[in-house]
This record gives sequence, structure tokens and C-alpha cells, in this order.
Amino acid sequence: MGRRARKAVQAAWAVLTNGWVRGFLPGGPALYEGPLKRFCVPGMNCYSCPGALGACPIGALQAALTARHRKFPFYVLGYLMAVGVLVGRFVCGWLCLFGLIQELLYKIPTPKLRIPEKVDRPLRLVKYAVLAVLVIGLPLLYRTGYGAGEPFFCKYVCPVGTLEGGVPQVLLNSVLRPALGWLFRWKMLLLILCVLASVFIYRPFCRYVCPLGAFYSLFQKVSVLRMKVETSACVDCGACRKACPMNVDPRRTPNSAECIRCGACVQNCPTKALAFTLAGKRLAPGNRKKERAR
Amino acid sequence: MKKRGWLTAALLAAALAMCAAGAAAGQAEDVLAKAARICMECIGLG
Ligand code: SF4
Repeated sequence: MGRRARKAVQAAWAVLTNGWVRGFLPGGPALYEGPLKRFCVPGMNCYSCPGALGACPIGALQAALTARHRKFPFYVLGYLMAVGVLVGRFVCGWLCLFGLIQELLYKIPTPKLRIPEKVDRPLRLVKYAVLAVLVIGLPLLYRTGYGAGEPFFCKYVCPVGTLEGGVPQVLLNSVLRPALGWLFRWKMLLLILCVLASVFIYRPFCRYVCPLGAFYSLFQKVSVLRMKVETSACVDCGACRKACPMNVDPRRTPNSAECIRCGACVQNCPTKALAFTLAGKRLAPGNRKKERAR
Repeated sequence: MKKRGWLTAALLAAALAMCAAGAAAGQAEDVLAKAARICMECIGLG
């Protein structure tokens, strides 16, 4: 599948999972409250987005960890693990609205920033710290006077919530406006920084901050959907590395934690040495043996 | 099946079992209860 097909899937998925049109009508019933919200979507998608039909997995995980009567979050963690084991960061490349938004911002014609590897490598670890500290550690350990915890990532960082939930909700509901304070301004500042960075750097939030991408990346090496290099066919031309927007070298690390399974490398490989595999079976771009025989 | 295949299968089975156990314990309802109301923290109101 080509680049256009991926964009079409990303857009269709965004519309499908945020298709609660009534939520966007001013003064209308605020959010979808039906049974689909028992299920998490695979990507970052704020459940306070007026159109959201599903729950945000990172929000749901923090809600479980911060509940007054804490339970081990079997449901959400099991779901996240299942998605990770099945497709890994394919979700980031194909099924995340915030990923799509960052990609569209990157299309704005400006000079682009290539972060030097010395800086890029350590920065990429930040998303694991965000997952460990802001999504799991602090929500689990810190308790307010009422016995509940605080969803630190959602509350103090998440630009997805600000963009998809905060901004539209504040625009649509005048009753919320008097309550805007320093927290909203802080989150708006982070959102603006994220938007600006996305114009110059390819998917900066996914690379450096996203705790969901960090979680899925843990399964890249064992997931059912994987990437394979046929070393006998590889001519070491470097076309895949050049094509990769996430700075991965697919020849060396086809199942790198940073790969979002966008498929750019597969499409650009002149000898079709690179391919996706599903449970060990070669998918795009077709069966090499058959093609050689033709 | 190779070693990695077994690991994948075991992880997937564990994930599905966790999901089912959570759903049986009513955790899907907790997700719904949270997701059906505006989350003040998410939107930056506190
Ligand atoms: S390694 Fe290939 S599939 Fe992965 S992000 Fe880079 S170009 Fe996309």
C-alpha cells in the first residue's frame, strides 16, 4: 500500500472513531455515552473529544490507577498488551489521529530540522520516562486528601487532550470558559510548542513524548506483524534508510522500537528485500520467490 | 513453532486472559463511566 493509501486509512480511522456528530453541535448533548465507550481505541484519542466514540487507552489506564478503590487494571493493560503483541507501533503509523495531525503539519513547506543522533538518541528515551513516571508511577503512588490519585500525564502534559478535548469543549461550551486558569494556559503552551515543533520535525510527540508509542514499542520484536529483511536480496544501497522518516535503519534493525510501520522503506527498496510479515508470512510487497519466477 | 513464536502466543494469551478477567470484574464499566463524562484534567480545567 502506498503513501496515499496510508493517509486514507489514517483519515478514515479518525473519522470513524470520532464520528459522534452531535457532540460538535453547540449546546447539544456533550459527549457520546453509549456502549462503545467501554472499549479503548488503539491510538491516542482523547475521550473528551466531542466526537469520540471510544475511550483513550492512556486516559483509561490512569483513571484505573488513580481510583479511590484501586484495582489492578487488568482490562486496559490486557487490551494494550494485546494490541502491542498483535501489531506493535503499526497503530502509530496508521491508526492515530494525533500522528496524522503531526504529519500534516510537517507538510507545511519550511526548512526541516534533522536532529543530530547524539541528541536524538537520549531524547527518544524520554517517552519511556513519561510512561513510567507520569502515566504509571505518580498516579499510582500520589494520593490527594480524598484518597484518589491524579492522572499526571493527562492533567499536566497531554497535548492530545488539549487539542482534541480542551479546545473544542471550551469553544462549544460557554459554561466552561469562566473556569479557565493557569492549567489550561500551561497546557495550551505545551500544545503550541508541539504544533510548532511538528512543522519542523517529523512527529516530535511520537518520537520523544508519547507513552502509548513507548508501551507498544516494547512488543515490536515479538509482535505478530513484523518486518523482515531478506539479506540475500539486500544490495546495501541505503534507500530504505534514506526513506525512513523516523531515522531507522531497517537493514540493521527492521523491528526497531522507533519504527511506526509506515512502509516507506518497503516501498523504496529496489530489490524488494524488505517486507512486512504477518505471523511469519510475507505480506507487501508480494512474494519474492513468485516474483523471481515470473 | 520457533521460540519467538511461542513467546508471542504466550503473551497474546496472557493479554486476552487479562482483558477477560478485567471485563468480568466490571472494569469495562469503569472505563465507560470515565469516558462518558468530560474529563476535566484532560481538557485542562483541573
Ligand atoms: S523502518 Fe520503514 S516502516 Fe519503519 S518507520 Fe522507517 S520507513 Fe517506516
